[in-house]
Amino acid sequence: MLSCYRILDLTNEKGFLCGKALGDFGADVIKIERPGGDPARSLGPFYHDIPDPEKSLYWFAFNANKRSITLDIETADGREVFKRLVKTADVVIESFAPGYLDKIGLGYSILSQINPGIILTSISGFGQKGPYRNYNDRNLAVWALSGYMYITGEPDRPPLAPSYPHAHLIGAMNGAVGTMIGLCQRRFTGRGQQVDASSHQGLVFAISIETKLPWALQKINVTRDGRERVKVMSKDGMIKMPLLWECKDGSVAYNFWLGPGFAVPNRALVEWIKESGVDPGILGRFDWEKDGFQNYTLDEVKDVRRVLEQFFMKHTKMELHDGALERRIQLTPVLTPKDLLEFPQLVARNFWREVEHPELGTKITYPGGFVKTGIGDCGVRFRAPLIGEHNDDIYKSELGMSTEDMINLKQRRII
Amino acid sequence: MEKRPFEGLKVLDFTWGGVGPFQANFLAYYGAMVIRIESAARPDVTRQHGNVIPRGGAASVDKKTLLEYSPAFAVTHPVKKYGMSLNINNPKAVEIFKKLAKWADVFVESFTTGTLEKRGLGYEDLKKINPRLIMHRTCGYGHTGPMASQPGFGQTVTSLTGFYTITGWPDRKSVPISSFYTDHLSPLFGGLALITAIDYQQRTSQGQCIDQSQIESGINYLSPLILDYTVNQREPVLTGNKCAYAAPHGAYRCQGNDRWVAITVLIDQEWESFCGVVGNPGWTKDAKFNTLDGRIKNSDELDKYINEWTQNFTAERVMAMMQDAGVAAGVVATAQDSEEDPQLKAYNFFREIEHPYLGPQKFFHPPGFTLSDATAELHRPVILGEHTEYICTEILGIPGEDFTKMEKEGVFD
Repeated sequence: MLSCYRILDLTNEKGFLCGKALGDFGADVIKIERPGGDPARSLGPFYHDIPDPEKSLYWFAFNANKRSITLDIETADGREVFKRLVKTADVVIESFAPGYLDKIGLGYSILSQINPGIILTSISGFGQKGPYRNYNDRNLAVWALSGYMYITGEPDRPPLAPSYPHAHLIGAMNGAVGTMIGLCQRRFTGRGQQVDASSHQGLVFAISIETKLPWALQKINVTRDGRERVKVMSKDGMIKMPLLWECKDGSVAYNFWLGPGFAVPNRALVEWIKESGVDPGILGRFDWEKDGFQNYTLDEVKDVRRVLEQFFMKHTKMELHDGALERRIQLTPVLTPKDLLEFPQLVARNFWREVEHPELGTKITYPGGFVKTGIGDCGVRFRAPLIGEHNDDIYKSELGMSTEDMINLKQRRII
Repeated sequence: MEKRPFEGLKVLDFTWGGVGPFQANFLAYYGAMVIRIESAARPDVTRQHGNVIPRGGAASVDKKTLLEYSPAFAVTHPVKKYGMSLNINNPKAVEIFKKLAKWADVFVESFTTGTLEKRGLGYEDLKKINPRLIMHRTCGYGHTGPMASQPGFGQTVTSLTGFYTITGWPDRKSVPISSFYTDHLSPLFGGLALITAIDYQQRTSQGQCIDQSQIESGINYLSPLILDYTVNQREPVLTGNKCAYAAPHGAYRCQGNDRWVAITVLIDQEWESFCGVVGNPGWTKDAKFNTLDGRIKNSDELDKYINEWTQNFTAERVMAMMQDAGVAAGVVATAQDSEEDPQLKAYNFFREIEHPYLGPQKFFHPPGFTLSDATAELHRPVILGEHTEYICTEILGIPGEDFTKMEKEGVFD
């Protein structure tokens, strides 16, 4: 759907996903790397653990569907080449420190003079303005300020960050949404504009129901409680029940839904507990149409927890998955990447996609598109580019440079 | 005056819970006319959990009004929407629904597969009435496949993305990041698809059906982990707060009760600045901390020294000192901290809006991005069915006496 749009992608690892998502809809995304290759090509993991700039799986994942040219925009010559490309582009995406593009003479005021329709999407940790605009916005600092770190982990240990850092992926996706809104408005106004995407704000948006409401209404700061994320009100007070439960070969996610709407699956659950040789205890006496935990004491609720723990330990996560599907119980297995690749729902929808990597002599299985569209495709069409792979396509075929021009630029380290 | 991005766009919002509404909201923030369809007989799940008790007690208001006392609903719908009450179990309501589908440019829905089809309101049916229509459907697992008919709740949908395996201490089990994480991550992908389809519709007058499976969107955030498995047969490893390419990296205890600051140092220059901030004590000169490799190998000892230093200061002070010197540090913020966060204030992020039943509330906010030439507009949440008569008579042109007759027949319950 977006094949009519040309996007110049100046981002580092903070912003890759923005161009990738737009590229998944067919946008023509040109990744601009500094001569010698983008430093983010050093991010692991690596293909067969070979730490080579053409083998970074992080690069593969978030730069698929992009072409690549090398260009040093820190040089005056490089900037002139960039400006030529801006003339025919629709969007420029960047994730430099706020103010950097202005400083080197490629800020929005300059770019919009060259091309009034250009949309400049800037992705940063904290945003282009404000007291934190010059903050060092590495992932952990943004994650901590978002509020997610405080509510994650065990109560007897420090707050915990994910082992897979991803704060900026949220900033990048906010940038993608903002970019498309800008393109929609351009249809009316004929002009581009700036999109200021902040990973911090994106994450604060995401966490607002979970932590902002308890604070706004009851002056309660939600804290970390390991796997116990489900609040239950009993007759004598609040207790937290697990959201993730251990089972025979891993874990499952189970959230106790009560009320008449869930009576049928809850009854089915009690039968299943009995069939598994576990005494359901008070669950066997629940009036599923009317009862809530507020009719029971703290000790009785703890009993319910023990029953469930015993029950889950009798089954594997896929047995629990199959049984829950049948009985329409809201219970899912905690899946790892290996499990995901074999998971029937994803396999049935042909979610996994094989992508050719000719230089590696193989195909690699990638996740499929994030949506299925009626028109066109959404998903990886071709692998991430090699360093300067499309220099000829862009510099020679499009900008009309000669071989001699290219050699000069290379020797002068512009490309 | 400047035309807003979605000015003149007509949207039908038939979503419930989280996810669906967030996607329709992008359009409402930026000028679309959104008609939200609900039913008092089968209220949205967000209207029913965590509700505030009215001042006079729950019995002092009727059941329908009680549904307006939901903060969860309020924070999910901070935009102007026209409220239509419609009970699609009534055949006359289905006819009205079809009239709305003809009126609309976009129809966003998030019900379980089959809900609309069995009432003749599936995409194939609506396409005949309105070939230009974009029907955007989101659900937990996808509208096809063995799980197509399962309702999806964020707590359990997240489990099928891999997101429950990426956080934890190495000597303990993995923990969730949030109670319903994908509910807030998948709408960014779905919202992007929706707006892309709108742009395409404006260029070509073509409609389409978009099918979002929230687990498929969720997995797209974790592609590097998927590739690490498909290529290297390696599963995610829990590393606690450690990082393979940074040290210091973690949460450090500060003054006060459960107050922490997160600090991360990657490059030598940041390390030198860090040492300057802590006052260049003897331990920073220990040869083993000179290199990143040495700091990572001895990170436990390093963390011990840092904790001894940070506990003399507030988290805010440590963050300020570190950031002044160019070192990445952030207060491990609570919700209270976020309310007072000066960066969020600079963006006027949290806004106070007078809620008709909850009173003035400060939890309303715009998206995580700002546009230079368009403003995200906030509004008090829609009241269930508040514009039903207006929509029927003014927008759909249904004569007044027909409307009254249908009202009595329960078409709008």
